[in-house]
Amino acid sequence: MAEYIIKNGHVFDPLQGIKGDKADVAIKDGKIVKDNQVSSKAKTIDAKGKTVMAGAIEIHAHIAGPKVNIGRIYRPEDKLFTYTPKKGNIRMAGGTSIPTTFKTGYEYAKMGYTTAMEAAMPPLFSRHVHEEIRDTPIIDEGAFPVFGNNWFVMEYLKNNEIENTSAYCAWLLRATKGYAIKLVNPGGTEAWAWGLNCLSVNDPVPYFDITPAEIIKGLIEANEYLGLPHSIHIHPNNLGNPGNYTTTLDTLKLAEGYKAKNKFGRDQVMHLTHTQFHSYGGDNWANFESKSKEIMDYVNKTKNITIDTGNVTLDETTTMTADGPFEHHLTELNHLKWANVDVELETAAGVVPYIYSPDIKVCAIQWAIGLELALMAKDASRCFITTDHPNAGPFTRYPRVIKWLMSAKAREAQIKAFKNSDKVIAATHIAGMDREISLYELAQMTRAGPAKSLGLASMCGGLKPGMDADVVVYDFSPDKPVANPDQIEAAFSRAAHVFKSGVEVVTNGEVVNNGNKRTIWVNAKVKENPQVMRDIQEKFLKYYSVSQANYEALGHHFIPNPYAIEVDASQ
Amino acid sequence: MTKTVTDVVCPFCGTLCDDLEVVVSDDGKQLTEVYNACVIGTEKFLHSQAKDRVTRPRLRQEDGSWKEISYDDAAEYTAQMLAKAKKPLMYGWSSTNCEAQSVGHEIAEMVGACVDNTAAVCHGTTLIAVQDIGIPSCTLGEIKNRADRILFWGCNPAHAHPRHMSRYSIYPRGFFTGKGQKSRKMIVVDPRVTDTAKLADVHLQVEQGRDYELLNAIRVALNNEWLPDVVAGIPAQKIREVADICKSGRFGIIFFGMGVTQTLSKNHNIDEAIALTKHLNEFTKFSIMPMRGHYNVTGSGEVLAWQFGFPYSVDLSRGFARYNPGDTSTIDLLARGEVDAMFTLGSDPGAHFPISCVKQIAKLPSVCIDPHQTPTSGVSKLHVPVAFCGVEVGGNAYRMDNVPIDMRKVVDPPAGMLTDEEFLIKVRDRVKQLKGAA
Repeated sequence: MAEYIIKNGHVFDPLQGIKGDKADVAIKDGKIVKDNQVSSKAKTIDAKGKTVMAGAIEIHAHIAGPKVNIGRIYRPEDKLFTYTPKKGNIRMAGGTSIPTTFKTGYEYAKMGYTTAMEAAMPPLFSRHVHEEIRDTPIIDEGAFPVFGNNWFVMEYLKNNEIENTSAYCAWLLRATKGYAIKLVNPGGTEAWAWGLNCLSVNDPVPYFDITPAEIIKGLIEANEYLGLPHSIHIHPNNLGNPGNYTTTLDTLKLAEGYKAKNKFGRDQVMHLTHTQFHSYGGDNWANFESKSKEIMDYVNKTKNITIDTGNVTLDETTTMTADGPFEHHLTELNHLKWANVDVELETAAGVVPYIYSPDIKVCAIQWAIGLELALMAKDASRCFITTDHPNAGPFTRYPRVIKWLMSAKAREAQIKAFKNSDKVIAATHIAGMDREISLYELAQMTRAGPAKSLGLASMCGGLKPGMDADVVVYDFSPDKPVANPDQIEAAFSRAAHVFKSGVEVVTNGEVVNNGNKRTIWVNAKVKENPQVMRDIQEKFLKYYSVSQANYEALGHHFIPNPYAIEVDASQ
Repeated sequence: MTKTVTDVVCPFCGTLCDDLEVVVSDDGKQLTEVYNACVIGTEKFLHSQAKDRVTRPRLRQEDGSWKEISYDDAAEYTAQMLAKAKKPLMYGWSSTNCEAQSVGHEIAEMVGACVDNTAAVCHGTTLIAVQDIGIPSCTLGEIKNRADRILFWGCNPAHAHPRHMSRYSIYPRGFFTGKGQKSRKMIVVDPRVTDTAKLADVHLQVEQGRDYELLNAIRVALNNEWLPDVVAGIPAQKIREVADICKSGRFGIIFFGMGVTQTLSKNHNIDEAIALTKHLNEFTKFSIMPMRGHYNVTGSGEVLAWQFGFPYSVDLSRGFARYNPGDTSTIDLLARGEVDAMFTLGSDPGAHFPISCVKQIAKLPSVCIDPHQTPTSGVSKLHVPVAFCGVEVGGNAYRMDNVPIDMRKVVDPPAGMLTDEEFLIKVRDRVKQLKGAA
C-alpha cells in the first residue's frame, strides 16, 4: 500500500489533546504511524495553512434499508436535476434527501466522513440493509437493529429476565449482523399495529402489559450485561409534539444509577438521538417553544448520557422513522404522501416528505433548538452533530450546520431572514447566544466524541499511531479570521484530501477511488441458553412468515467485507 | 439413497414460500420429489429435470435453424450487440436473483441501456399510484398474526398465488387470530365468480371496469353520506355493509392484482384503493399490498431504486438515470421502434406483449437468457440457457411484502451450464474492454 506523509497541517485531535498545533501525520499499510516510520518513498501532502482531522463519524443516519428505499421508490421528484454521470470507475449517482447508495458513499467521503451508522434496521429486513450497505462505496458502515418493540424483549422484560433478554439480543445481533441495541418509540410502535401509541414512559403497551420505562431500563441492563461497544441508542416516546420535553427528561432519568460496563472505553449507558425533536415546550403549535435549556441543563450534569442534535437544515426532505404512529400523525398534519410498513413481531416504519420552510414559525424554532443544544453543551465530546438524515435535513448539509455553529454572524443572518423572526426570537434562546464552536470542539463533536460513544475509539476518530488511517485535510486555515462565514461551509463541503484506511479516496473535493469499505458488526458471545433458543424456535414455527433457517443474513453477497467486533459475556 | 433439503425457497410467485422440502439424489445431481409446494411450484422444480432441456447457447442461422455455440461466443455476441447499440433495451429481471440484477445494471450503465422489469406490464401502475399518494402496508406475518378483515380485489390467489391464503391471509392461526379462518371476514371484489370468490363471506361482483367507482363509493359509505341505489353494479345496501365490516375490524388488508392495475383507469384505481386504506386508518388499522407476480419482480424494483433511484422503466441512455413511464417504458419503446437491440433475462415478453412489440423484437438484434425455451427465445437471435435460479443456484429475492429471502441451491445444473450471474459477468467484463472503461 502507498505511504503518505501529511506535512505542516494544523492538526486537531481531541484523542491526543492536539489543538491546532503544526504536526505531520504519517500513513503506512492502512494505519497511522509515527512520522519516522514511513520510508522516503512516502508521498508528501502539503497541508500548510490547512486543517487536518481524523475522518468524521456519523452516529445516526438513515442511509440503507427498506424505509430509505421506499423513499427512493415513491419520490422520483427527489432525483430531479441532481444526477452526475458515470466517470471511469465512479458510478452514476443522484438524489437529494434520499440519494442512491453510490451517491451516499461519495457525498459522505467528499465531506471527510469515513464511518457511518445506519440508525434503524428492521431485523427481518437485515439482508436488504446489508445489500444497500454493500453498494455504498468507501465508508465503513454498521447498522442498529431495533429492539424496543420486539415481542421477545417485551415478554422477557415483563418478567424482568435480563439474562434471557441479553441472550436474545446477542442472537439477533448475530443473525442480522447488527451493531447496537436501538430503541424507537419503545412500546409505541407495537401499539401502532392496532393504530394506537404510547406517548409517555408510563403508558402501558396493549396486550404486552409492560411500559416503555420498563423496556428502556431492561435494555440498558441487557446492554451492560453484554458489555457491548455502544450503549442503548434511543429515540424516545412522544417525538415531535409540543411539550414533549418532559417525556424526554423522564426518559433520560431512567439511566440514573447505571454505570457503563465494557472494555471499549465507553462511559455512557444511554445515547439519546435527534434530541432537537424531543426538546419542545408549549402545548400547541401556537405557543410552541424551545426547551433546549431544560434538556441541556440535565445532560450537562449527567455524565452517563450522550446525545446527538438532529439539526433542522431548512430544506425539503423525506422523513422516515420506525416511529410508525408519528409518521401517521405527520401525514395528517401536512397531507403529503404516506408510506407505512408494519413488521411482524419486531417493529414498523413510516415515511412522509416534509418541507422545513424558513417562512413557517415552527420550522424556524426547530432550527434554533437544534443549534442551541450544541451551543449549550458544556462537554463537546458528549454532544454530536447530526441531521438525523434525512429527517431534519439531508446529511449533505453538515457543512452548513457547521457554519451556523462556528459563526454567530451566520446565525444572525439566518434569524433575520425568517419570515416570523420576532416570534422565533421570543420562543427560543438563539438570538442571545454568542458562543462559536471551535475547530477543536468540532473535532470532539464529529470525531472523538462519536467514536468513544460507539466504542470505536481505539480504531477511528483520532490520529494516534496504530489507528486506522482515516484522515481528512480541509482547505481551511485556523490562523486567518473568517471574512465570510460561507468560507466555512465551502471548506467543509469538499475536503482537499480524504484517506480511508490509508487509501486516498478524495482529492480536491472529487472522489478518486471507491475504497475498500467494511461492514462493522458485533459478535457477542453468551452462555448457552436453551430456553431462549426454544423460544426463538417456537416463534418462528408459529408466528413468523419465514422459517428460522432463512432468517440470518449470511454470506458474501450481503457482507463481502465484514469486520466483527468480538464481545464475550459468557463468563 | 436420497437426501432431503429443507427450508427451500420456491422461485415461482411473489408469495416466495420458504418451507419447501426437496428430495435429491445422493450425488446432488437429480431432483426427485418436492413437498409442501403448490402444483405450479412443484412443476417449476421438476421441470429443471426435463430430459430435452437446452444446455448450451444457440445462435439463429440464416435458414432459421439453431446452431450450438459456446458460452464465450455467446458472451461475445451479447457484449458486441450491447456495445454497438445506441439505445439497447435490457428487459426482464423478475425471475432472477438480485446478484444477477446488480451485474446487469453495471452493464446497462456502461452501454447506456433502458432497464425495465415486468412491472412495466403488471404493477407499474401501482408504483405510479404509490408515487402519487404513498402506501400504508405491512409484512405478511402481520396479516397472519393480526388481520381479521381480508379483501382480495381484482386478484385470484386460489390460482395465481396458490399458497397465499393458507400461509398468510385466510387460514393460518396467528398470535391474535387463534381461530384462523373463523376469526376473519373475507371480501372478494371480482366481476367473475372465481375460485377465490367462492370462498368469500362477501363477493362484490363489480361491473367490469367500474372498480374506481366502487372504491369511491365505499369511501362515501365510510362517511355515511348519500349513495345512488346502485354503484358499479352493486346495491348501495351491500356497499354500506362492506364499509361497516371494514370499519368494525381490528386490522384489515386489501390485496389487489392485475384486475385493477391493468384495467380501465389503471393507476387511478390504485390511487383510490390507497386513499380508501388511508381513510380506513381513521377508524381502525388498515393496510394494502400488491400481489406481485414473479418471485423477484419486487427485488428488481428494490435494486433499481437503491442503485438508480427509480423502481422500473429506467433510461440510462443519456448517461444519467431518467424515469418517465410512457416514454421510458418497454412497451412504448418497442411500439415506437426507439430501441435498436433487445436483451431479455428472466421474463417472457414474447408470450405477454402486444404482437406488434413481439414483431419488433423479432426485427432487432436480440438475446434471450432463459433456462426454458419460450416464445421470446423463439423470436430472439441468440438464446442462452442458464441454470434455474432458486433450484440450481441460490441468491437473494424479495417477497411481495419486500421481505428479502435468500434462495437455496438444491441440485447442480447440467454439467458446464452457467448461472445468470456468471454469464453476465462474462458479458460485463467484455463490455468493459469494448468500451475502454478503466
